[in-house]
Amino acid sequence: MTQQFYVSPEQLMKDRADFARKGIARGRSVVVISCADGIALVAENPSPSLHKLGEIYDKIAFAAVGKYNEFESLRQAGVRYADVRGYSYDREDVTARGLASVYAQSLGAVFTAEQKPFEVELAVAEVGRDQASDHLYRLTFDGSIADVNGFVAMGGLAEQVSAVLEDGWSAELSLAGALRLAVRALAADKEAEALPGTAVEAAVLDRSSESSRGTRRSFRRLSADEIVRSLEGEA
Amino acid sequence: MHELTAGFPATQATSSFTEYLQRSRPELLPGSQLLPAGQLPQAPHATTIVALAYPGGVLMAGDRRATMGNVIASRHIEKVFPADSYSVLGIAGTAGLAIDITKLFQVELEHYEKIEGTLLSLDGKANRLGAMIRSNLPMAMQGMAVVPLFAGFDQVAQLGRLFSYDVTGGRYEEQEHHSVGSGSVFARGALKKLWRPNLSETEAVAVAVEALYDAADDDSATGGPDPVRQLWPVVYTVNRAGARRVPERELADIAGRIASSRTIEGREA
Repeated sequence: MTQQFYVSPEQLMKDRADFARKGIARGRSVVVISCADGIALVAENPSPSLHKLGEIYDKIAFAAVGKYNEFESLRQAGVRYADVRGYSYDREDVTARGLASVYAQSLGAVFTAEQKPFEVELAVAEVGRDQASDHLYRLTFDGSIADVNGFVAMGGLAEQVSAVLEDGWSAELSLAGALRLAVRALAADKEAEALPGTAVEAAVLDRSSESSRGTRRSFRRLSADEIVRSLEGEA
Repeated sequence: MHELTAGFPATQATSSFTEYLQRSRPELLPGSQLLPAGQLPQAPHATTIVALAYPGGVLMAGDRRATMGNVIASRHIEKVFPADSYSVLGIAGTAGLAIDITKLFQVELEHYEKIEGTLLSLDGKANRLGAMIRSNLPMAMQGMAVVPLFAGFDQVAQLGRLFSYDVTGGRYEEQEHHSVGSGSVFARGALKKLWRPNLSETEAVAVAVEALYDAADDDSATGGPDPVRQLWPVVYTVNRAGARRVPERELADIAGRIASSRTIEGREA
């Protein structure tokens, strides 16, 4: 019989965390920015069909970096959680806080109990009537959850991206302004000044979807044309 | 949620909300419980729905009455709902179950759209609704039938289409116009005379309101326009741009015109 080596719990957790961090660092970044028109979600993603941003519920959206199969299964589980909750209680009773805490529990359980932790980082955003009631949560691979203000940057070079956002962010940004700031931030690790419009995926949680589009579903994916147009326009 | 996310096998994945509920929360499905034998107490029934096609779209209209035996249970009930941005459904039959089935159908379509990132085809939606009505068959045999009418804009064929159902979930595509519920016989008679090809959208709305007026005239379970309480039928149109609820103001005008033209004519029918 082979003897099992003793590994201290500290070492075990550290190894797992290093493993997850390495996986996430390989991916491209995603930013979520709260602005006057709503919440802008922008990801560096050349694929037009494999999304990193998704709709969860009326006012709630999801953004992720890391392994596609892992965050896609989390996104689908989130949609199921929200739809079951909204169906059995009421649409108003689905909140980003509830969803984020369920995500935190799943990520935490996988981190400690499974063969390998999820190599993902998530953001859950909920748009409110005004900017003060917006909610942004950032979740990491070990199940830690943070309630953040204004903007979130995730991915391998999150610090550099965050630094650009910190510089340029203000609460009064318009949607187009937020998009421009986002592509500038996402290019933080590159030679270029900003990413071209075709290399990003963008979506918005409209603050006033009821009055502007006549629907309570505030999530809207921006088409490539729309992104390029907003990037070209002047602030 | 943990069981779902950890090593979630692809074969288990489903884009159908109903299927997911059947597996994990069957008690939430309408009509999932077995009923004991016995007499069913009276429950509100929803009545007449009409739908008709016009060039460029379809529309659906329902009166505002629910009845419980000889009593009017509600004057305000709404029986026509948007199913998603390009389709609407109307329901006749046991109101409680019908409203639950509608709610489930709306979530089913939205759930599919969110999971798959694309809308279900119009035929796909019509088939899902048929499956839901079929699963209500045990309830229908206890006297709690739900009969829907479904209409939507087919974005591939670029035209409005209409579907009717029977209690076993059988799905039938209808041409021109159709009607369900207790007043449907009278409404259909009216539609046969009033409907014609090349109706404009405004004319089509007027035709639907007039057909409901005729149904209310002869069927005690169908409510006519109510100028005292300012209650008008619920009308949705679906065209290339999507589903839209016709504003009350327009309906009040149309109902007013119908009533006054009939007053002038001063005939028995």
